[in-house]
Amino acid sequence: MAATVNTRKLARAMLTPAVVILFIWMIVPLLLTIWYSFQNYNLLSPENTGFAGFMNYKYFLTDPAFFQAFWNTLTITLSVLVITVVGGILLGLLLDQFIYGQGIVRILVISPFFIMPTVAALVWKNMLMDPNYGIFAWIATRLGFAPVAWLENYPLFSIILIVAWQWLPFATLILLTAMQSLDEEQKEAAGMDGANFASLFVYITLPHLARAITVVILIETIFLLSVFAEILVTTGGGPGYASTNIAYLIYHQALLDYDVGGASAGGVVAVILANIVAIFLVRLVGKNLEA
Amino acid sequence: MGKIVLENVQKHFGTVKVISNVSLTVEDGSFVVFVGPSGCGKSTLLRLIAGLEDATGGRILIDGADVTDLPPTKRGLSMVFQSYALYPHMSVRGNIGFGLKMAGMPKDEIRKKVDAAAATLNLTPYLDRKPRMLSGGQRQRVAIGRAIVREPKGFLFDEPLSNLDAALRVNMRIEIARLQRSLGTTAIYVTHDQVEAMTMADKIVVLNAGSVEQVGSPLELYDRPANLFVAGFIGSPKMNLIGGATAEPYQAATIGIRPEHLIVSRDGGGWAGTISVAEHLGSDTFLYVEVPGVGLVTARTPGEVSFHAGERVMLQPDPARLHRFDKQGQAIRG
Repeated sequence: MAATVNTRKLARAMLTPAVVILFIWMIVPLLLTIWYSFQNYNLLSPENTGFAGFMNYKYFLTDPAFFQAFWNTLTITLSVLVITVVGGILLGLLLDQFIYGQGIVRILVISPFFIMPTVAALVWKNMLMDPNYGIFAWIATRLGFAPVAWLENYPLFSIILIVAWQWLPFATLILLTAMQSLDEEQKEAAGMDGANFASLFVYITLPHLARAITVVILIETIFLLSVFAEILVTTGGGPGYASTNIAYLIYHQALLDYDVGGASAGGVVAVILANIVAIFLVRLVGKNLEA
Repeated sequence: MGKIVLENVQKHFGTVKVISNVSLTVEDGSFVVFVGPSGCGKSTLLRLIAGLEDATGGRILIDGADVTDLPPTKRGLSMVFQSYALYPHMSVRGNIGFGLKMAGMPKDEIRKKVDAAAATLNLTPYLDRKPRMLSGGQRQRVAIGRAIVREPKGFLFDEPLSNLDAALRVNMRIEIARLQRSLGTTAIYVTHDQVEAMTMADKIVVLNAGSVEQVGSPLELYDRPANLFVAGFIGSPKMNLIGGATAEPYQAATIGIRPEHLIVSRDGGGWAGTISVAEHLGSDTFLYVEVPGVGLVTARTPGEVSFHAGERVMLQPDPARLHRFDKQGQAIRG
């Protein structure tokens, strides 16, 4: 008994520095952001200082760009989620079959996940989607169509495509491993029960994947709400605000408009929105995680 | 109806012959047990009949129709798996009714059939539970319920009791045998446990290394084993198999005598030996007797006897119950 108590005390003592550092790491930026969000703090008008009240929030929330950015954020997140989960299941089903060179194929499928977002976005922008010397343009001209200026004409769609390409491997990997953990005898039992491929998928595989799909959705959402590098590198949020999401809008305010106060207010708004989404998600799909 | 016939069925995995030329007839309504040591191919044979494996050669007939190339669904058999293979996200009701649902049966009819199956198996209070909330024996019964509800031509059991504890195993053994008799449906049952085989079967098929060693009723196998393998496999404790000089007077390469067919006495005739271990079970006493020139001989005496380790005893084999085998291990008759 005493030994356990001592061990516990020691464990707490040993953990404390890490916990304290992590806590400071999180809480200081958050508090500073909240503090700045109530200040007049614009680098272009340094003489205007002092307490701003809710002006920064009012300015940020009534900006027409905010609503567009808000919907863009939701569109990117939802579209990428749908593409990666559906695509991940289909790819997983394919990769679950035996093929020659299985190992190499699997590594190739996973590889986009190892490419950093900036590089991936540059590859897509310059090598694939460029209307003059991109591969898509080459294919289009070969087939007798006019090349499409993807990033100019379909900026949000292009961003979704790039981000989905990056996250598809993650979803595939998680869903494939989940599929492989499905008991072989269960599939055989369903076969004996007369289930064909479609009903096997609907009644056995999909319910078995529920937990893995939940994990994919929760983890991806965290990152998809704050997509940034892909937008900065390709469209710069444009044309206009067509491909600006909230993360990019905040960056725009802080580092292009030099409005530290406004950007901080945006940051706080983003945190609140992310929490609302998180609550919804956990309510909606989190029950799958309970054993 | 469910007469299952195997004609020269073979199964190879690559170059490995798992089943070589098995021919067998399972009569309608009979309870047939495949028994053999692990790796003898008994489960593979069952899976061939189920259609979960494709036969490399030969034919499988159910009620006269060739089903060799039919998928499992079309064969009209149902199977109880060793792991039960219940669907974890479905309730007991969903599990039992899944096959009927796949067959496109109307909902209220499924409900009726599931209720009836659940009632036979004492599962009614658990119909809305998920498999993980059930005990091992209950899960086992759900798996059986899933098999009987479709009214198949035959049941296939793949070592269904191996995950249960000893007491429950005996209960389920009786329950399965009784259920099969009352339904009158053909059943093929795979086990490595020869006690299960002896107690449940109408007919036992002893398999070894992918081929059939002997087919017969439990007592036929016990009384007249066709060869050394069957002699050693059927019966517990195992038959004493003695070769060499001891067998010569009987004109055999090997003689076999079951532990219960040895008369143990202090001063009678037969082989003289020393008891090395005596196991007192109450109902029986097993004596392991070291006989010079013969080896360790197991003897079984009914009831509690006063023999103890270290004592010298005489073992007299009952000549009428003595089995003789030639050099190839085949039984010598007559």
